Amino acid sequence: MAESLSSLIRAVEAADSAPLLTEAVQNLAAAREAEAIPVLIAALSYNNPGAAVAAVEGLIHLGEPAVPALIEQLDLHNYTARAWAIRALAGIGDPRGLVTLLGVATADFSLSVRRAAARGLGMMKWHWFPAELLEIAQEEVLEALLFVAQQDDEWIVRYAAVVGLQALASAVTTTYPAWRSQIQAQLDQMATQDPSAAVRARVWLAQQQLRVGAATPKVTDTSSPLTPTDWQVILEGLYRRKGQERLVLAEGDPRRYHELAVAIAQNTDQP
Amino acid sequence: MHSDSGIQDETQLTVEQAIANLQGEDLGLRVYAAWWLGRFRVDVPEAIDVLMAALEDEDDRTDAGGYPLRRNAARALGKLGDRRAVPSLLHALSCSDFYVREAAAQSLEMLGDPAGIPQLIELLHDRVAGTQPASEPPRLVQPFDAILEALGTLGAVEAIPDIQPFLDHFVPRVQFAAARAMYQLSDPEMARPYGDRLIQALSHDDLQLRRAVLADLGAIGYLSAAEAISQTLAENSLKLISLKGLLEKQLLLASPPDLSPGALKVMEIMDELL
Repeated sequence: MAESLSSLIRAVEAADSAPLLTEAVQNLAAAREAEAIPVLIAALSYNNPGAAVAAVEGLIHLGEPAVPALIEQLDLHNYTARAWAIRALAGIGDPRGLVTLLGVATADFSLSVRRAAARGLGMMKWHWFPAELLEIAQEEVLEALLFVAQQDDEWIVRYAAVVGLQALASAVTTTYPAWRSQIQAQLDQMATQDPSAAVRARVWLAQQQLRVGAATPKVTDTSSPLTPTDWQVILEGLYRRKGQERLVLAEGDPRRYHELAVAIAQNTDQP
Repeated sequence: MHSDSGIQDETQLTVEQAIANLQGEDLGLRVYAAWWLGRFRVDVPEAIDVLMAALEDEDDRTDAGGYPLRRNAARALGKLGDRRAVPSLLHALSCSDFYVREAAAQSLEMLGDPAGIPQLIELLHDRVAGTQPASEPPRLVQPFDAILEALGTLGAVEAIPDIQPFLDHFVPRVQFAAARAMYQLSDPEMARPYGDRLIQALSHDDLQLRRAVLADLGAIGYLSAAEAISQTLAENSLKLISLKGLLEKQLLLASPPDLSPGALKVMEIMDELL
């Protein structure tokens, strides 16, 4: 391990205040070294938002090599660390995060997780997918993003869904023009109907960019690092989803209370 | 699960029940009902009536003499957006409990009624008899930040001379609230230094303070702050809410669905923070 990297790691371990820890994690993340991954992952559970944001950014830049460790993190019972790991996975766009992102985009308790997942679903590395998996994966993503765009109570989650839908529309332009039209119809509706001005503005931008055919990001990493087993796991996950009744909100979900309150208030309005 | 003991959890609370609870015997249910009506923005007239009555409550007192129910009622009335509550909230500005006065100032700001400006200025000068300081350090005598923010939002240009001294207050939070108000009340060409002062505050050591300044910059919609907001060491959620304030201000500069260059820039930054 390079001397400078070990000293950056030591600085994270030695940090004894929140600002020092944030700074040390930022410096380590900026080094862009794969050997820093375990330390950056550990920083997701320090309960220090500054450090976690820096660690997530660093992990996203490191990309694919960080994915296996991030997926391991999903099974742990630290909710905060799990949420940050999902956000890193969303930023990386690795297909191994797909099924997790589909699950949380529509149903996670935390709006920042739903937000990151909605954006991440649109940014999947579709060019890595084997042809036989691409259609079912994109269709699931389309359904999930349309649902989020229509139903999420939080403006920022709908905003992220618009960003995701725009990216997906670009990705399917030639392969599935009918899906692209479906996305455009959804955007047309939101352009005037979404209650949030910020969301409407992002819809107008998406419509403009889709009209001029804004360039999709250049593909540099053409060959996928995923193994046949990885794809098998993804496929099984997608089929499991298909079989499930989606979006049964948990008892403790605050959106349930919200819907309840709205329904009650409407009843009360009637004379 | 507690159905036989009369305790409801929030899944079972209804508007009727909350309104009844607010007038009932159980102090815990009362204070919860006041919060609940605000949280779910139950703006039916009966809710406003019982919340205004709760601002006069004498039953619910803390050991230190505070009024928990009045605090929650004052907060809820701001969220419900009914200006009928303004006279009651003005009266609450002279409550002995610091936190009731703070909530009342915030709610008067939310209701956007300039009728309260003279009384807010009186409170800023600490000239209201019988008001107790905050129980938490630094034990401010008045909720200066809430008062300053309300004066700025309500467009109280006549208060500028009263606000200026607070730019040098010993509590940073209060300084920033004064800068925010000065930005809102100054002519556009004179306002920049106050916005820039808030940008500098984004690199303050204290996370709580950085969060507060993010909210301030969102409230004034200061476009030059966009980059600095995205670089701030704080949760992306809070940065995005702040940037939404900038974006909304930019949307007023073009007719839909056209977007100003500022709006495009803000959205580009927001996309990266999702």
